[in-house]
Parts: sequence; C-alpha cells; structure tokens
Amino acid sequence: MSDTFQLDGKNVPFESGQTVMQAALAAGHYIPHLCYHPEFKPHGSCKLCTVKVGGRTAASCTMPAEAGLNVESNIEEMNGLRRTLVQMLFAEGNHFCPSCEKSGNCMLQALGYDLEVHTAGFRHLYPDRPLDASHPDILLDFNRCILCELCVRASSEVDGKNVFALSGRGIAKHLIVNAKSELLKDTDIALADKAMQVCPVGVILKKRVGFSVPIGERRYDQRPISAQALDDAPRLSDASSSCAACEGTP
Amino acid sequence: MSRKLRIATTSLAGCFGCHMSLLDIDERLLALLELVEFDRSPITDIKHCGPCDIGLIEGGICNAENVHVLREFRTHCKILIAIGSCAITGGLPAQRNHLDLASCLTEVYLTEPGLAHGHIPNDPELPLPLDKVHPLHEVVKIDYFIPGCPPSGDAIWKFLTDLIAGKTPELGHGLIKYD
Ligand code: SF4
Ligand code: SF4
Ligand code: FES
Repeated sequence: MSDTFQLDGKNVPFESGQTVMQAALAAGHYIPHLCYHPEFKPHGSCKLCTVKVGGRTAASCTMPAEAGLNVESNIEEMNGLRRTLVQMLFAEGNHFCPSCEKSGNCMLQALGYDLEVHTAGFRHLYPDRPLDASHPDILLDFNRCILCELCVRASSEVDGKNVFALSGRGIAKHLIVNAKSELLKDTDIALADKAMQVCPVGVILKKRVGFSVPIGERRYDQRPISAQALDDAPRLSDASSSCAACEGTP
Repeated sequence: MSRKLRIATTSLAGCFGCHMSLLDIDERLLALLELVEFDRSPITDIKHCGPCDIGLIEGGICNAENVHVLREFRTHCKILIAIGSCAITGGLPAQRNHLDLASCLTEVYLTEPGLAHGHIPNDPELPLPLDKVHPLHEVVKIDYFIPGCPPSGDAIWKFLTDLIAGKTPELGHGLIKYD
C-alpha cells in the first residue's frame, strides 16, 4: 500500500519521488499550473500551482509528496493569489486575445477563464517587442512570452539543440534566439521539434495554418483547462508514467 | 412596483460590436425593458448621461473627448461596467501603444503610398488623440468588467441579470471569453 497525503480533504496516494503536483494529477485531482509540463522536469517559476501546506505556501510542482501532508489548493486564498499572478502576466506582455492565433488553445487564457479573471486590473505595460518573422515556416511573437522556459527545456533536453534561452533579469528578462544574428532563420530549429509544441501561449507559431480551426471550436473552448489538464497528465492507471525527457534521453 | 433601473451606454474607442452583442440578447431585450429604462445610449439618442444606476461602456480611451465622456459617466452612474476587450485592455486600438503617435500619424496621412497631398487632420472640432490608448480602469474606478471581443449576448444577459438580482456576476466556462 502506498503512502497518502491530504489534498483539500481527499486522500491522495503517491510513490516516492513524486511531487505533490504529479501525485495529484495522477490521482485525478487538478491543481492549476502553467510552467509545469508532465514531460519535463519541474521549473517552479510561474507559481500558479502554489498551495498551502501547514500554513505556509509552496509550489506544488516542485514540492516532494510526503505522507501525512495537509495540502490546501482549491481555497479562495490560493485562487486569489493565482488570479493576481494571471493578471500580472496579462499586464506585463501584450496579450490581445482577439487577434491571437493561440486563442482558445492558450493555457494562460484558459486559466484566466477558470479563475473568472475579468480584467488584468493593473496598469498595462505595453512593452515594445518586435516579432521575428525571419524563418520561412515559423513566426515568433515575443509579445506573449511568459518566460516559462518550456521551449528552452524542450530544445535542449529533447531536440538536442539549443535554439532558445532567457536573457536579462527581473522585468528586463526576455526570450532570445541563440544565433549570432539573433534571428530564428539562422538556427537549426525544425517544424517537427518538441520546442514547436510546448509553448503554452502564442509565441512560437507555425506559419500558414492560422485559424484553420475556427475561434470557438478550440481546445479550451470545448472544455475548461481543469478538465483538459487531467487528460493530458499521466494517470495512475498508465503502465509507465515516466517519460524520455525526464530521464534525459533525447 | 419598484422603480426601473436606469442604464446608460456608450462606445468610446470601440467599434459598437459590444452594442451589437447587447442587441443579440434578442427577445430578452423585452424582458430587460421590464426591469430597466435607457438613459444616454444609441437606442435613445440622449447626448449626455444623467443620473443612472448602471453605466455600460465599450471601447478604451484614445482621445480627449473619451476622457470627458468617461468622467461624465463615472459622475452619474452608481455602477460603472467596462464591456469588451477594448474597454478592459485597450484592445485593438492599443496596438499602437508601443509606437510614437507622431510617426503613426505621419505614416498614415503623409508617407503611406497612395496618399499624395494628404495632411494630418487638424480641424479644431476633432478631439485630440492621446499619446497612448488606455483601458478604462486606468482613468476612473470601474466596478465590473465583462470580457470578450465582443462578449456574447448570452454573457451580457447572464452578467446583467446576476447584477440586477443582487448577485456577484459570474460568467463560467463558455461565457467567459477574451476573444
Ligand atoms: S497568448 Fe494567450 S493570453 Fe496571450 S494573447 Fe494569445 S490567447 Fe491571449
Ligand atoms: S516562448 Fe513560450 S515556451 Fe518559450 S518561454 Fe516564452 S512562453 Fe514559455
Ligand atoms: S506550475 Fe508550479 S511554479 Fe509553475
């Protein structure tokens, strides 16, 4: 019999080495998240997955599961913090959902929906972030980057390339392309790369397929992200919940 | 019977799409009219907002006149609601915000091909553009926000009926949309 911890009053079984997030998702319990991806080592940067454990807050995607923990996630105090984080991400970039190809498939937007975020609330920064349309097949729209590093991780850990990196600190932190020219056309990125599939928002886009699925019929238009994320994560019943990326094999 | 709620609506830097969506509540407009009466709005053609219970504003703030109208609404409306992406984020007009206004006007009216002998409009009747487009909440206090571009008629209906019933308005999956 495996050990368990409590999540919002429910018993959650876990295997040693699992994080609170992994165990929760595997057992069919959703904890909101943005920079966590079931196929990658946790990054712990967005803090959307923050939960309350023994009166203190912790990122559930990096916190190791332990027997007897009392984890509170779906409580107004945590959802309020998550709402503020989502609002800050919206105000910090340029998110014009009505003209974004990712709309309906976007995790940031879908989290905003789930958390009933009606406004960014803060003063919008409207940063100046030019596009990179240099590559014949791929468009980069930096205006929507939330700095989750999933593309960086996918490119180096899975693709064995090193196309993306983050540069700068604090509010000046931004995504860069690893080429002398700083242009995507001068990298070895390819359409089949994992880095093309992982961006939770609308930064890394394949050209010439825009709006092939109409707005209103997309992933999170059909189901809320809280339901969708459970299907995406490895479940207890899956024979193997390990993944190539976590084992470091490309 | 209790007095009808008085509602004013206007479009600032918007496209009237949110007003079209309000009309999309279709025959429920009749039910709404049992509960409310309209002050300034495209339906009545009243030019200035008087004392109201609810003000609904679509569009952001892109010029000096928008600021005056918004302040007039804030002064007269007990509850002020920003409706649609432009009112809430600046929306499409705010996509000029990282550009210099003078160079925008120069390109549009002077240097763009096909605009020979153009000039930047300077009629004193025209409200002066602001250097940046702003969401409403950056200028006055906004009480509620109905997101969407535009929000669907169903979303507007749900929001307004919740509010009129004295409940905290909630949209929920399918009605809350940013696009
Ligand atoms: S990336 Fe997501 S939140 Fe940002 S504009 Fe696109 S759909 Fe909206
Ligand atoms: S481009 Fe996308 S995947 Fe990469 S850091 Fe930005 S948001 Fe994350
Ligand atoms: S999902 Fe845990 S910090 Fe981002």
